[in-house]
Amino acid sequence: MSTFFELLLNGLSMGSVYALIALGFVVIFRATEVVNFAHASLLLAGGYITASLHDDLGFWPALLVGVAGAAVVGAAVEFLVMRRYRGSDHSVLAIVTIGVDILLTTELARRLGTDVLPLGDPWGDDVLSVGPISIAHTRIAAFVTAALLITAFLLAFRHTSWGVAMRAAAESPQTAALMGVRLGRVSLGAWAVAGALAAVAALFLTVFPTPGLERATSLAALKAFPAAILGGLDSTTGALVGGLVVGVTEALATGYQSELTFLGRGLGDLAPYLVMTVILLIRPAGLFGTKELARV
Amino acid sequence: MSDVLARSARSAGRTLLTRRRAYAWAAATAVLLAMPFYLDRFWLQAGLFAMAAAIGAIGINLLTGATGQLSMGHAFFLAIGAYGYCVLAGDGGDGLTGLGLPTWIAATLAVGLAGLAGGLFSPIAGRLRGAYLGIATLALIFIGQHVLFNAHDLTGGSNGRDVPPLHLFGLTFDESEAVVAAVPFGAAEKLWYAGLVLLLACGLFARGVLRGRPGRAMNAIRDHRVAAGVIGVPVARYRAGVFVLSSMYAGLAGVLLALVFQRTVPDYFGMTLSLEYLAMIVIGGLGSVSGAVAGAALVSLLPQLLTRYSDALPLVSAPGSGGVAPGEASRYLYGAAVVAVVLFLPGGLVRITARRGTPTPGTSSGTSSGETA
Repeated sequence: MSTFFELLLNGLSMGSVYALIALGFVVIFRATEVVNFAHASLLLAGGYITASLHDDLGFWPALLVGVAGAAVVGAAVEFLVMRRYRGSDHSVLAIVTIGVDILLTTELARRLGTDVLPLGDPWGDDVLSVGPISIAHTRIAAFVTAALLITAFLLAFRHTSWGVAMRAAAESPQTAALMGVRLGRVSLGAWAVAGALAAVAALFLTVFPTPGLERATSLAALKAFPAAILGGLDSTTGALVGGLVVGVTEALATGYQSELTFLGRGLGDLAPYLVMTVILLIRPAGLFGTKELARV
Repeated sequence: MSDVLARSARSAGRTLLTRRRAYAWAAATAVLLAMPFYLDRFWLQAGLFAMAAAIGAIGINLLTGATGQLSMGHAFFLAIGAYGYCVLAGDGGDGLTGLGLPTWIAATLAVGLAGLAGGLFSPIAGRLRGAYLGIATLALIFIGQHVLFNAHDLTGGSNGRDVPPLHLFGLTFDESEAVVAAVPFGAAEKLWYAGLVLLLACGLFARGVLRGRPGRAMNAIRDHRVAAGVIGVPVARYRAGVFVLSSMYAGLAGVLLALVFQRTVPDYFGMTLSLEYLAMIVIGGLGSVSGAVAGAALVSLLPQLLTRYSDALPLVSAPGSGGVAPGEASRYLYGAAVVAVVLFLPGGLVRITARRGTPTPGTSSGTSSGETA
């Protein structure tokens, strides 16, 4: 039973990290209706900046620079690419983000090579033990940070003028523009926020027990896609729930792998996608997504 | 009077154009047919990869380009084609499952198998839209990779498995050399012609689909799904059907790729491959057969070209020497090409030639609809 609780806690902690990534994904989708397939590379960029600077600057300043850097990369993608598109087809823009992703990932993967870079986090491999349950400090830090950030973000979304502008833009771009909301600034902000959240997530994807930042980290980031989708692409609550579902599923599938050997090895990587597929079969718009209402 | 003159001038211009186009086609055919006699193995293999990629790209262009269904799972269906062929045609000599069917039956069945897999996915494919579908198809990649690495009896695990050579009409597509006009004909030379025939057949079929009633229905679904349903297009059936057709194209591409590679490995059929196919159709031109072929040729030949001439090119260095490797350089190039094409050349590479061919887009569509009416 204690194994189960350990797995559950670890799963919730990883899930909160996925929720951070998925939240950025949802924010971009709500503000611009673009599905950002370049999200994994934003995350890799943030992680790479932190990893390469922490020796010189120390961990916290490096993390700050990494977060700011990823936000700048995100904003730059919006400003240099997304904004230049003249058409109106959002699925074409999704493919553009794939092009951006190919560019960024190739560059970062080339710089990383086969290296595994530590991010120099202060938690190391310390483990907290409560009774029979032990959990790594990094996991607690991940959960607390993610919870704080998500709360802060949701509050900002509700109560600041920035949040109101963003919700208005998501509701109806034309009306929002007529009311004086600057749509360009809203989408720029959305991309920057998504980049910053992804950089924080990059930190927690690469700390103990994972060895460090490597090429495969962007694969881990891909798990935020099912998180965002199964919650519903246009719902922030959905991103949260989706992230937790994905985290817990992954942790349990990995933890009980030995009892599931008939399904093959490496089931943990697959489980989130299976859960997503099942949920989409039942609810095609995700758990909390708004069903499309169309007028001809 | 002037109207008649203008019309006759226009028709004269058009016959000139069709004649010029016929000459271009004839020249291209002659060059393609002559290539195995002049090119060495490296280029023939590169060309064969491009042909296989072109077949796959036509398939995904029917789905993503013409019908607007974003698919990131194309590599999965390629894998089914490639591995399906190996399993059905293998003789079990290497300790892996092999049914030992005649190879041409195995190839046909492998394509059917890919179509079947597409059909099984259609309950999902038929209900999801846009990004939801894109990410749901991403699941296929991960499921595919999982199966490829774990179903050891079928796939050989991470080592992959050998591909049995194709036998057709008493001809074996392997290295047993036949000499034609003093040129030794190995696997690449023989497959070259098989690839050309397959590509031509696939291209013509897809063109027929796109120009006929189904093509219009598909475009209608892409442009406005609800309106298409209202005017009587069975939307769900069409979307499932296109998904199956596109999977079959991918399956055929997979079979051809396997025959060229002569060995299939699971790593190849990952997400990168799916992204490459999307890049191909965007660069070439969404929704057209020639666009898919052009994009496939560009994206699949680019790394080969850069590898071959990496010594002579500035900024590109041999793999492992620390600089930009050819594979990476080609990824930069086509990644940038995807972005640039969407921003500055909507419609892709084919639009360049199309623009030169017809004076204004309006007149050409106007006359063609006038003719059919």
